[in-house]
Amino acid sequence: MKTHSQASDIFNQDEPRVDWHDESLWFIRQKRDKAAFAIPEWENLRDIASQIKENVLANMDTYLLEFEEKAQQNGIQIHWAADAEEHNQLVLQILQKHGFKKMVKSKSMLTEECHLNPFLEKNGIEVIDTDLGERIVQLRNEPPSHIVLPAIHLKKQDVGDTFHEHLGTEKGASDPQYLTEAARQHLREKFIAADLALTGVNFAIAETGGFVVCTNEGNADMGAHLAKVHIACMGFEKIIPKAENLGVFLRLLARSATGQPVTTYSSHFQKPRAGQEMHVIIVDNGRSTQLGREDFRSSLKCIRCGACMNTCPVYRRSGGHSYHSAVAGPIGIILAPNLDMKKNKDLPFASTLCGSCTNVCPVKINIHEQIWKWRQEVINEGYAGFEKTQGIKLMNTVLSNPKIYRFAGKMGRQTMRFAPFLVNNSLNKWFKNREMPAPPKESFREWYLKNRNNNKNEQ
Amino acid sequence: MSSREKILSNIRQNRPKEEVALPTNIDFENFTDDKVQKFVAVLKSIGGEAVEADVDFIKKDISLYFSKTLKIINLYPNLEIIGEDIAQIKDAHDLALVDLAIIEGRMGVAENGSIWLDETCFGGHRVLPFITQHLIIVLKKENLVENMHKAYKNLKINEIGFGLFLAGPSKTADIEQSLVIGAHGARSLKVYLV
Repeated sequence: MKTHSQASDIFNQDEPRVDWHDESLWFIRQKRDKAAFAIPEWENLRDIASQIKENVLANMDTYLLEFEEKAQQNGIQIHWAADAEEHNQLVLQILQKHGFKKMVKSKSMLTEECHLNPFLEKNGIEVIDTDLGERIVQLRNEPPSHIVLPAIHLKKQDVGDTFHEHLGTEKGASDPQYLTEAARQHLREKFIAADLALTGVNFAIAETGGFVVCTNEGNADMGAHLAKVHIACMGFEKIIPKAENLGVFLRLLARSATGQPVTTYSSHFQKPRAGQEMHVIIVDNGRSTQLGREDFRSSLKCIRCGACMNTCPVYRRSGGHSYHSAVAGPIGIILAPNLDMKKNKDLPFASTLCGSCTNVCPVKINIHEQIWKWRQEVINEGYAGFEKTQGIKLMNTVLSNPKIYRFAGKMGRQTMRFAPFLVNNSLNKWFKNREMPAPPKESFREWYLKNRNNNKNEQ
Repeated sequence: MSSREKILSNIRQNRPKEEVALPTNIDFENFTDDKVQKFVAVLKSIGGEAVEADVDFIKKDISLYFSKTLKIINLYPNLEIIGEDIAQIKDAHDLALVDLAIIEGRMGVAENGSIWLDETCFGGHRVLPFITQHLIIVLKKENLVENMHKAYKNLKINEIGFGLFLAGPSKTADIEQSLVIGAHGARSLKVYLV
């Protein structure tokens, strides 16, 4: 597996395409700003949303039990899964109990996290992703590159080629209207034929035992209302205490995600329809561990809007796939090391720590501070790698010893002046894409020692 | 120990111990726009259309855009439009051929152009407002509220089996961020405010 920086190198080989990717995401960030600035109480709403989620973290067990009780009264079957494996088994068992072979699925980052699709396919189930972006990447055998915009890394020509190959659209056709119509016809057939529909959960409400699923396309509803069985999968942090809290979250979610005032469909599932079976699977998969990490637990407040990704200068220029994790971008950086620190040890370094993610987060997660703290964890656990560890050790020696620091500074300045080729080469990563600065003749300390006396004389 | 017990016990052990009060009764009384104007403007910006109308106008308007030969399901009582009888449709999959559904909305939200619909609006088939090719909603102006906080104050979602806020026609921007109307749900939405 490539590290984030290795994968980014490949992504950056096509410079015009990187610029295009960067600008597409920045455009969405700007739409978010426009929507946010139109609401005078926006900052208040962020504070309130954050407080509601803090309250949830402190009362998680109580709210989950309340949800379970109310949902069961509503006729919903509740299942608990400690990890990805158990979650996948539960889905398979429900399919097998009914002898079902075909299911449709709307967007659920949790099922990406659990690698549900490959598991079910291995067990002979046809899984069709129905969100247009997810269907596109599924046909291409790729994971989504963004939690809200799964195919943001693709150009319309790429989609045209994919649809020509799989859906029989005209060769070379790349008009988004035409391609979307083709997907609509193709997926309508799948909706009609599906035995079971799986959806994610945006919010589960303890007070009512119901849950809310938000989409723009209507694919979650098309699946859930036609299929005989509906399974909704949720990480346990999706719980909120009361229905009235939705007023706060639904005002924030779509505005933060795409700049829309609200998603087209905000569907409130409360009871199964007559003759239908409805299941909710509540998944832990490392979340209860994260809840115990004081520095990182607030990452569980996330409502998956993707605003931090759209604003991130590193995400925009490295692409979602470089993060080798179901959730990419700044929020992915602080979630992934909890699941597997060794595998994701490179991610906390895929950041400039500029703090833009924290500034746009609708539930006020201190994302960039957590990235910085994960760096410390990674180094303390000894995962930083030889180069980085030695570099930091060397820095520590130099920076904590004034004599060595002064000597090193002098050597550096002289090297840059008299032997610039020693730093202006590909071994120096700073030199990549940058010119080295002109070396100053003297250090500030030298200047100060010289000028201190002059100034005194003037007085 | 079952997974349920294991998860709950881990949560109890690991959750933060300091209590944060739950904010309640959230509302912002700073709404100065005219509710009808705001609703019409916002719905337009998200691809839908809303007009103030009376029954005669609605009848004329619908006959202008939708031919009688189309498959229509009308659940708004005052229009004298005889379409298919939804009570005769037993299998929701048969609704795939519906061209136009006319239903009554329960409440509109001015700030985001959305309309609350619950399953009593759908003639017994939850999938109706999604599967129909085109959707018309008749909504009483008096049922417009300012924002989502007000909306939830008026709702008792624990008393219904299914309901939704619907804001405009189905849409996607998954191909190069180009907005396309008509992804999986209705291709158009027109709202008559009466």
